[in-house]
Amino acid sequence: MTPDAADKRDNSFALQDKLFAGTTQFFALLVLVTLLGIIGSLFAGAWQTLSQTGPGFFASDSWDPVRKAFGGLAPIWGTLITATIALLVGVPVSFGIAVFLTEMCPPVLKRPLGTAVELLAAIPSIIYGMWGLFVFAPLFAETLQPLMISTLGKLPLVGILFQGTPMGFGVFTAGLILAVMIIPFIAAVMRDVFETTPPILKESAYGLGATTWEVVWNVVLPYTKAGVIGGIMLGLGRALGETMAVTFVIGNAYNISAQLFEPGNSIASALANEFNEASDPAHLSALITLGLTLFVLSFIVLAASRLMLAKLSAKEGKRT
Amino acid sequence: MSFQVSLGDTQVAAAARTKIGIRNLNFFYGSFQGLRDITLDIPEKQVTAFIGPSGCGKSTLLRTLNRMYSLYPGQRAEGEINLNGVNVLSAKQDLNALRGQVGMVFQKPTPFPMSIYDNIAFGVKLYEKLGKGDLDDRVEWALKKAALWNEAKDKLHQSGLSLSGGQQQRLCIARGIAVKPEVLLLDEPTSALDPISTARIEELVSELRSDYTIVIVTHNMQQAARVSQHTAYMYLGELIEFTPTAQIFVKPRDKRTEDYITGRFG
Repeated sequence: MTPDAADKRDNSFALQDKLFAGTTQFFALLVLVTLLGIIGSLFAGAWQTLSQTGPGFFASDSWDPVRKAFGGLAPIWGTLITATIALLVGVPVSFGIAVFLTEMCPPVLKRPLGTAVELLAAIPSIIYGMWGLFVFAPLFAETLQPLMISTLGKLPLVGILFQGTPMGFGVFTAGLILAVMIIPFIAAVMRDVFETTPPILKESAYGLGATTWEVVWNVVLPYTKAGVIGGIMLGLGRALGETMAVTFVIGNAYNISAQLFEPGNSIASALANEFNEASDPAHLSALITLGLTLFVLSFIVLAASRLMLAKLSAKEGKRT
Repeated sequence: MSFQVSLGDTQVAAAARTKIGIRNLNFFYGSFQGLRDITLDIPEKQVTAFIGPSGCGKSTLLRTLNRMYSLYPGQRAEGEINLNGVNVLSAKQDLNALRGQVGMVFQKPTPFPMSIYDNIAFGVKLYEKLGKGDLDDRVEWALKKAALWNEAKDKLHQSGLSLSGGQQQRLCIARGIAVKPEVLLLDEPTSALDPISTARIEELVSELRSDYTIVIVTHNMQQAARVSQHTAYMYLGELIEFTPTAQIFVKPRDKRTEDYITGRFG
């Protein structure tokens, strides 16, 4: 190749690289533009409510389209409570599934069980909702719910959570359905990250005489904490935003009650149910404000998980 | 190739009591037989080295001594391994207690993702409920024993991963001896380390010999010659020869051992 030819080749390479870099940069910026666009339009839509009702929107639980009084506390409360129940139930179960699959499962069972967990994640949410309403709720109302009311409901302090009418649907049922929905996500992520723990690290802990539980809790979990928290946040994100399954079972009542068996509402469910009927601009703006709130909540969850990770790393000791 | 072996070592070798008596040990990975009819007496408070080419079964043999293989379904051992006269292969053996008696250090440093202090306290807390003061003392004692105290005392609460490779390996040794085992298994403990760190670990092994029965697997014959009093040469899952180190490198009994140590293969 003559020096001249090499020069030409270099030139065309440089051009190609530039073009490639430009294209990828464009796509990356597109994400940013979309994000800003969504935030912008949410703010614009919510402006009427935010300027007229102000912070009072987040303090009032009366939602009355007829009197044009809109307070968002009930659906916000419902969203937070159902997501909390989902995490409280879902995280320990997912952890158990992941530990069993990675540490104790006989090889023959490993693949079928793993696939089953993944299939559970593939079920569309509307099916969870139908199943929740037609199968789970009646069963729950007849069996477990009366039992919980007559036992847990009698406890001091926490008892109030488990009182009420055994109707089957309500905030608690929505939380449980959400738990079932997020378990496959969290369990699959936990299993995958647990498997990244080097066998030699686990053997070191077993070699000191640690039990499986001690190895998982003290070595595997700290080693994989970033992935585990990521998996939980993925589940929490889904629980906060889930619409269809929750709408079916939550009861859709603008109602704040310490009793978890009472019907309630969630942000996503309220939006899905009312957007069609919201002909009044004030109603529409209130709904968009709820949407903005959900967006901010998700953002806070993301930020909190980052913060939690930083704190955990600090606890482990400096690395330099 | 020449090896320095002092005459004193030979005499030490002759006088020792048996700590671990291995009798007719066969080991299987599923249907593959990894060890064939091994019979061997590991003497107390001395260093025994397992040498041999890759795949000869030396690590496999080491991993039977604390039953590490029991973690993996499909791996099984037959025969007897008598630790202080008790067969540890018996189904009744409490594995956690066994591993408290027989500590292990691996090819690569494996500090846990926690502080230097917690790395050592972790093992101790599995067996003993010590107060803060006693636990501090134990951590200091173990770090001193492992010749790491001077380098680590000012950063006990930094991550174990902040140490250099050689220091991390000494941390793993400190972690192993902190639970006060009787036997220490070292599985190629210097294979990932630089020559200076290797020399420090070897020095440490020689010092620890006065308190612990040490079994070391090594690829490096000079290392076996430097640190051990007894050497077992293994080949294809069989124990070819087990002799005082002073003899094996000078006058091997078996032709196959001679071929290996003179570098004709392996």
